[in-house]
Amino acid sequence: MVENRGLNYWLTHVGLSFGVLVLFFPLWLAFVASTVTNSEVIHPPMPLWPGDQFFVNYGRALIEGDSGQTSASVARMLLNTVTVALGIAVGKIVISFTSAFAIVYFRFPARKFFFWIIFLTLMLPVEVRILPTYEVVAGFGMLNTYSGLIFPLIASATATFLFRQFFMTVPDEIVEAARIDGARPMQFFIDILIPISRTNIAALFLIMFIYGWNQYLWPLLMTTDPSMNTIIMGVEQMIGGQDDVTPWPVVMAASMMAMLPPIIVVISMQNLFIRGLTDSDK
Amino acid sequence: MKKVKRIVSMVLMIGMFSGTALSATEIHWWHAFKGRLGTLLAEQVDQFNAAQSDYKVIQNRKGNYSETLNAGIAAFRAKKHPHILMVFEVGTATMMAAKGAIKPMYKVMSEAGVKFDPDGFIGPVKGYYTTTTGEMLSMPYNSSTPVLWVNRDAFKKAGLNPDMDLSTWQKVGAALDKLKSSGNKCPLTTAWQSWVHLENLSAYHNVAFATKENGFAGMDTELVFNGPVQIKHIQAMGNWAKEGKFIYAGRRNEGGKAFRAGECALYTESSAGYAGIKKNAEFDFEIRHLPYWEGVKGAPQNTIIGGSSLWVLSGHSTKEYRGVAAFLSFLSSPVIQAAWHQNTGYLPVTLVASQKTKKSGFYDSNPGTDIAGIQMTRKTPTSVSKGLRLGSFDQIRGMIDEELESVWSGKKTAKSALNNAVKRGNVLLRRFESSNR
Amino acid sequence: MEKRVYFKGWFLPALLITPQLLITAVFFFYPAGTAIWWSLFNPDPFGLSTKFVGFANFDYLFADSYYKESFYTTAIFSSLVTLFSMGIALYLAVLADRLIKGAGIYQTLLIWPYAVAPAIAGILWMFLFDTQTGLISWYLGLLGYDWNHLLNETEAMGLVIVASTWSRVSYNFLFFLAGLQAIPRAIIEAAAIDGARFWRRFWTIIFPLLSPTTFFLVVMNIVYAFFDTFGVIHTITKGGPGQSTTILVYKVYSDGFVGLDLGSSAAQSVILLIIVGLLTILQFKFVEKKVHY
Repeated sequence: MVENRGLNYWLTHVGLSFGVLVLFFPLWLAFVASTVTNSEVIHPPMPLWPGDQFFVNYGRALIEGDSGQTSASVARMLLNTVTVALGIAVGKIVISFTSAFAIVYFRFPARKFFFWIIFLTLMLPVEVRILPTYEVVAGFGMLNTYSGLIFPLIASATATFLFRQFFMTVPDEIVEAARIDGARPMQFFIDILIPISRTNIAALFLIMFIYGWNQYLWPLLMTTDPSMNTIIMGVEQMIGGQDDVTPWPVVMAASMMAMLPPIIVVISMQNLFIRGLTDSDK
Repeated sequence: MKKVKRIVSMVLMIGMFSGTALSATEIHWWHAFKGRLGTLLAEQVDQFNAAQSDYKVIQNRKGNYSETLNAGIAAFRAKKHPHILMVFEVGTATMMAAKGAIKPMYKVMSEAGVKFDPDGFIGPVKGYYTTTTGEMLSMPYNSSTPVLWVNRDAFKKAGLNPDMDLSTWQKVGAALDKLKSSGNKCPLTTAWQSWVHLENLSAYHNVAFATKENGFAGMDTELVFNGPVQIKHIQAMGNWAKEGKFIYAGRRNEGGKAFRAGECALYTESSAGYAGIKKNAEFDFEIRHLPYWEGVKGAPQNTIIGGSSLWVLSGHSTKEYRGVAAFLSFLSSPVIQAAWHQNTGYLPVTLVASQKTKKSGFYDSNPGTDIAGIQMTRKTPTSVSKGLRLGSFDQIRGMIDEELESVWSGKKTAKSALNNAVKRGNVLLRRFESSNR
Repeated sequence: MEKRVYFKGWFLPALLITPQLLITAVFFFYPAGTAIWWSLFNPDPFGLSTKFVGFANFDYLFADSYYKESFYTTAIFSSLVTLFSMGIALYLAVLADRLIKGAGIYQTLLIWPYAVAPAIAGILWMFLFDTQTGLISWYLGLLGYDWNHLLNETEAMGLVIVASTWSRVSYNFLFFLAGLQAIPRAIIEAAAIDGARFWRRFWTIIFPLLSPTTFFLVVMNIVYAFFDTFGVIHTITKGGPGQSTTILVYKVYSDGFVGLDLGSSAAQSVILLIIVGLLTILQFKFVEKKVHY
């Protein structure tokens, strides 16, 4: 703890501010680049202060994408991304909440076995099984569909584990009381367990939303139909191309639009978000 | 009574026919074009759909060339594949080896009874997609060949005569010295280094890139692009890179950015760079033949193509194949081909289209746009200059890129880099051979 | 650790657990099993013929010096990303923790890069260091330094490390700050009495108390560097120059999806599976310990 004056106090602020500025620098330049003309960007040095092309570039990105006919507009990609991120967040919470409930509050055959089966998936990311997963998804005819984008990404147990840990801390007396009142398991589940878990659910929802929003490799392989592109891969696809010129200001405008929604979510729901982060990973 | 029955059945049949005519058969085409090229492609499709009502072609972009091939392969495995798949030229061997997955173009055409003359295509283009027994397997779509782009203003600024002879690398080398000493920051840059400076270099100097006629005569081919001609050229490029005369900008066509911005004096790139350069260059530019090394026997031979062809995939109905045949023959028609050539800088792939363009006076008003065609056709292709047919070639090109980068950065000599690339590439060729036997 | 009180019956729990089991079976276990199975074959890309080759794919990989190099590259990359992102985060967290007021504001200002996708982070940094038009590379040029990450392997590696670190600092910062705030204030204050010797006391007194957080973060950052950085590498270097930034997961992608060599790609997946499995066990031991605290 430092005093509110003196050299140390100021040095602390200087150090932190420096960190903040370094983190902000790329974002600032991306913003500047999204408000100038392409010619200003490709003839270095590019300006450090925003230009007057804001509406032109953002308008082009939102409506056209990189070109009219063969690629989805940013608006369409944003819609896809929101759908996928919501699907992943909701889907994962539903399946893991119910299965954690079953594992913690029941005794049934092979319960331990199921727990371990689920637990095994804890940390293996989709990347190491990506080709066979592709086959499976193709086999179900789910290429270029929202379900194909969502299901493989919720096939892991992080959330189940989190809910299990949380249920363990719920005092037994609550279950006891519910049982004495004659509550059926599902009544207990709906009337008691969901309400007391809502902070955890909300926190987890935020984490999974960001996770889903920022997916890149899986959508890149999975969606070959431009109208199913997500925003993150869509922005990458705008760069370069056969014998084409990269429209940097439009790319940067699209990047800004790809970044801002999750940034706003993270900052505005900071505390809930941090809680989700620190709980779900531990 | 009998008569009535016949009339009824006839009426029913007519009804059935017109019913199918109303719902046009869908033909799916997956391709890799976006931007301006994508728009032009979409226009061709719209034109075909408007001209007849039996078939409806639906085009879809599936990413870049590699991604499009992957999408087609994955879809084939899942039995959800399109009728027509655009495959870049380096994927040719992969497609040819997949005999169960493709339906050769000549078969599609003959079964549908569509008149089709492979000899109508210009030699090097036809050769690339035709078996050694003369069967054309896929339909050439966009083909280009590397040429030398010159920024005339940069030459003037360096005190050089922009009309100077740049036909040989020796003369280009002298120009680079002058450009560099006069302060030019980017005397020479390139796109597609392996394609221009190894694959085309080999064909242009009539030396083999791989054994067995560059892979045309068998899958047991081996890479041999580490000969004296290739080593000499790559070493020269490496020296220029070290002296700041050759500026490396990336594995694809990233160099175009600096050339279009007017920073580079010379640029080796596909003739298809025309549309972009014409649109963006705020300087006087010119197209020249790709330089060759004076003193190499047989040079200049001819350059080879890059680009893509359209493969017909197996497993669809006869009726759909008839639509495919109609569409492919529409695409190769002179009007479409001539317009495509003039709009994009790609080669006119048929002789008729080439003549048509010439007659229209296009070459006179757009000087230099005929260079690529001339460079490819002025000599009859030899067994080592008709093209390449190598398995896993996309990946082998990646290895070549890696090794060339180590020459540009001065880490390796041209000789050791090319030897290494040959060694690594041959391992892949053997793997390809064994998985396709 | 078990609940003493529970509900009876097996049908309802079976029903409740089914969605999760189905999804993990279909989208996790089956594909992971297939990857192991495929690694024993050399199939052609179209799936027209598959040939059993035993462990030949693995032999091929281990005979490939570039695969071995990829391990080395991955090791360098992950350890530097882990080191830098944790080091910077720890430094910032300690500074923020020293403030009586204002830590929250800095937290807000430092937290947001977490929300930026690695692929976008890659685009931002590539844009700054573009060899022809990038702002930073242009200014470096003015200073007489010729930045070229397209050819210079060290610069390429440096750039992907910077971009990956940039997008990871916030995550580590949050955990360190939470860890520091959980330490009793009296200990921190005792360490902070004398500003000049603060850092020495920090290392001897506070840092050991943070070790559970630190250990957890090391594992999480390694996993991050192994997999989540794919987007950074794909957008900035595509694994080059040479194969100097081709980390293991990028090689799985480029051999499988660009090279169409499914056998080799599957074998690489199996090796990655084993590595991550080991990390999981490590992590699990730690998690269990935490639970029993």
